[in-house]
Amino acid sequence: MSSRNRFLFIITLAATVALGACGPATPAATEPPAATATPEPTMSPEPQVLNVMTHDSFDISEETLAAFEEVHNARVQILASGDAGVMLNQAILSKENPLADVIYGVDNTLLGQALEAGILQPYDSPMLEAIPDELAIDPQNRALPVDYGNVCLNYDKGWFAEREIEPPANLEDLTEPAYEGLSVVENPATSSPGLAFLLATIGRFGEEGDYTYLDYWSDLRENDVLVTEGWSEAYWTYFTYGSGGEGDRPIVVSYASSPPVEVQFAEEPFDEAPTAAITADETCFRQIEFVGLLQGTQQTELAQAWIDFMLSETFQEDIPLHMFVFPANENAELPEVFEEFAVVPENPVQTPYDTIQANREAWVEAWTETFLR
Amino acid sequence: MTRSTDETTKGIEHRGRPWLRLLPAVLPLAFLLLFYFYPLSSILSLSLAPEGELSLAPLAELIESPRYLRVAWFTTWQAAVSTLLTTALALPAAYVFARYQFPGKSIIQALTTVPFVLPTMVVSMAFTAFLGPRGAVNRVLMALLGLDRPPLDLQHTLAIILLAHVFYNYTLVVRIVGTYWSNINPHLEEAARVLGSGRWQAFRKITLPLLKPAIGAAALLIFIFCFTSFGVILVLGGPRFATLEVAIYRQTVHYLNQPLAAALSLIQIGFTFGLMVAYTRLQSHQRPVERQSRRATQRPPVHLGERAIVWGSLILILALLALPLAALVLRSLTSGAEGFPTLTFYRQLFENPRNSVFYVPPIAAVRNSISFALATTVLSVTLGLMAATVLDGHARRSAQPASPLRRLLDPIFMLPLGTSAVTLGLGYIVTLDEPPLNLRTSPLLIVLAHTLVALPFVVRSVLPALRSIDPRLREAARMLGASPWQIWREIDLPIVARAVLVGAVFAFTVSMGEFGATSLIARPERPTLPVAIYRLMSRPGATNYGQALAMSTLLMLVCAVSFIAIERFRVGEIGAF
Repeated sequence: MSSRNRFLFIITLAATVALGACGPATPAATEPPAATATPEPTMSPEPQVLNVMTHDSFDISEETLAAFEEVHNARVQILASGDAGVMLNQAILSKENPLADVIYGVDNTLLGQALEAGILQPYDSPMLEAIPDELAIDPQNRALPVDYGNVCLNYDKGWFAEREIEPPANLEDLTEPAYEGLSVVENPATSSPGLAFLLATIGRFGEEGDYTYLDYWSDLRENDVLVTEGWSEAYWTYFTYGSGGEGDRPIVVSYASSPPVEVQFAEEPFDEAPTAAITADETCFRQIEFVGLLQGTQQTELAQAWIDFMLSETFQEDIPLHMFVFPANENAELPEVFEEFAVVPENPVQTPYDTIQANREAWVEAWTETFLR
Repeated sequence: MTRSTDETTKGIEHRGRPWLRLLPAVLPLAFLLLFYFYPLSSILSLSLAPEGELSLAPLAELIESPRYLRVAWFTTWQAAVSTLLTTALALPAAYVFARYQFPGKSIIQALTTVPFVLPTMVVSMAFTAFLGPRGAVNRVLMALLGLDRPPLDLQHTLAIILLAHVFYNYTLVVRIVGTYWSNINPHLEEAARVLGSGRWQAFRKITLPLLKPAIGAAALLIFIFCFTSFGVILVLGGPRFATLEVAIYRQTVHYLNQPLAAALSLIQIGFTFGLMVAYTRLQSHQRPVERQSRRATQRPPVHLGERAIVWGSLILILALLALPLAALVLRSLTSGAEGFPTLTFYRQLFENPRNSVFYVPPIAAVRNSISFALATTVLSVTLGLMAATVLDGHARRSAQPASPLRRLLDPIFMLPLGTSAVTLGLGYIVTLDEPPLNLRTSPLLIVLAHTLVALPFVVRSVLPALRSIDPRLREAARMLGASPWQIWREIDLPIVARAVLVGAVFAFTVSMGEFGATSLIARPERPTLPVAIYRLMSRPGATNYGQALAMSTLLMLVCAVSFIAIERFRVGEIGAF
């Protein structure tokens, strides 16, 4: 073989290998585990494919997914579609020719948008019986609650103990001189916990009166509160605990479930959580995440079965340690680490979704004007 | 070029098979038409004319808004400053890599390219570990100067944005200019010095003009990269800085304001297009260069001055690129606050204690990443070589200025780089949804998206080399009866092979590190290394953080090894230059 023919040969070979590797052949990552890999071909030999659109944080165990696939002779294809905002945008733009049968991960800050766009169809799932009314906020059941979490301030217990400073107890404390330069929060214009925290402050201080949420944010600005683009940066770069001492902010906006997650994923076993969430009344905002049946699906029955399954105990009990939020189903048992270390705020801020939809842009704009300019 | 050459060319062309000659022009254009212009125009018209009636109100609103004018102005000048800074800091290194041999050279060169693939979040952590309030630099300064507060405060400043842009783009100058430089005959400059000009004068009068095409190509890529900068601005710059790309992202994702996002996208595309048209005009007159094999132009540094510049460049690379990377690697090997060395995080990468569906074994993530990157490299190098040949052919065949249509061709190939990823991603959702192009959820779409971004890198790497070929070489071959295909294969390809490899390295790199566009496409799980890193970093827990760093180290390692492998790629004489 002459040198140039060899060159062409290698190019062709590389192309074949590379394209072959990216083709629709089964990759190792999505192969079912050995234990569940051999469902008996008793029913129809071809499993139906169910497409589920989710945000990037969706996760569940292999056994749980396999349980559904086996019973319904289905293959569930999860389409990770960016963060919740990107995903919703994709779903709205593909309304005429939907990308998937089911969408999971729209939360109460985006719900108004999803309902307005008319991408969801109602489904009165029998499983709704086990779900508290305060979570099932869409009266037409186009969006069914799957899980909820609370966005709260977290603090580094060790940092405060070492300096013998009392940690903050509520939102007002953050404006005190003692906490100057100690907090990091996320930008509500770019981050979902950031928006939730802004909603908490609006719920707490209101838009009218002597001291509005904007006055509060001016005071936070005076007290040298740092704003980051997203949660990862705030938690890993600036939060003293998350950054292993390299950051210099011992107070961060995170989730009420972050302390138990820190215990679960600690390097050494802990007796108590190294961080704590501030859960006083009206300091947290409750985020609820929904699943919905997309308009135009050809798989209505299978999709409804999947929604029932997501609300069933099998799936719900898997949620805390995979997605770090609380199951919506009241009968679902919590894992030990959640039972022991998670604190659930009794009175979080709960803004109606249509109020959020009507005001979100104006609130974020006003915040931007107040805090960043 | 003389008239007679022109006539000869025409004579040959008439004898050739016309479809074969058209192929290099048709294929890359068809690719752009299908996977760039079609999705882009669909999403733009859908956004600006939702009811079928075009409304340019959002565009007019933008042009009148002082806020968006400020954003556009900031976008432009930060990109210009970043480009100047990167070029100035990296040119000495390009010289060093072009002219000298020293131990560990290929490893150091691979290292300069590693930043290009790192996710912004990881770079942000590296910078904090190195430059943050409790970072290494501040600690040293505090100890040296006896201060009780950290003297450097770079968090959320313009300085750190610029520094990050240099960090990311340094390699573009080193590789594109360095490779071009290494083929320029050093005797030219030496002759000038023998005739009495000083070192600086000889460089300015002889070498710099010869280098212009390569410097221009690298600078253009850097400018567009910084112009559309997104992660660096958001994460390192903080909420007070915004580029057009950031504004587009916010309007799309957080306000779901598609008309405004589309108007912003149009402005961004229009601006980059204008810039590239201007650039193309400046670059079209390039002189051929007498070429030398690298073996003849490189030697170990001998004199004190030579050693000084080699060492100076290496120290700069160390401080600017290697130390932040080393800080990351070190953290991935350190346990807790006590700072014990540990391999725990690496071991945990191989465990899936809760049987997560999305657990990805590191080997699988590496394989996924490499598969996408190889496919992207092959596709973009093939299309890029064709495109560069066509673009060069236009300049070569006539002494007359190129026709307006031809002049537009070059900027058109660059356009995808200046286009908002989020806009294009949504374009795919609304267009590629019917057979035979039902690609919305196909992994192939990821390769196509990566190729769009990689293609400009290949074209810019190859074109200066192609244009530097002495036309007399081709003329001689033609006289001896060689067909255009033979001339391309026997003369052009061997000479530009090094430049093709540079393009291949960048295509590979773009794909390995690209997270932005792919995160905007609905995709079945086939997680790449950056996706796996992102997943680990999106949840609390010290071991998740440690594993994210371990995975990042793995990404760096895989990339560095791949770069060295691509550089060693030799088939016959190809690659010897």
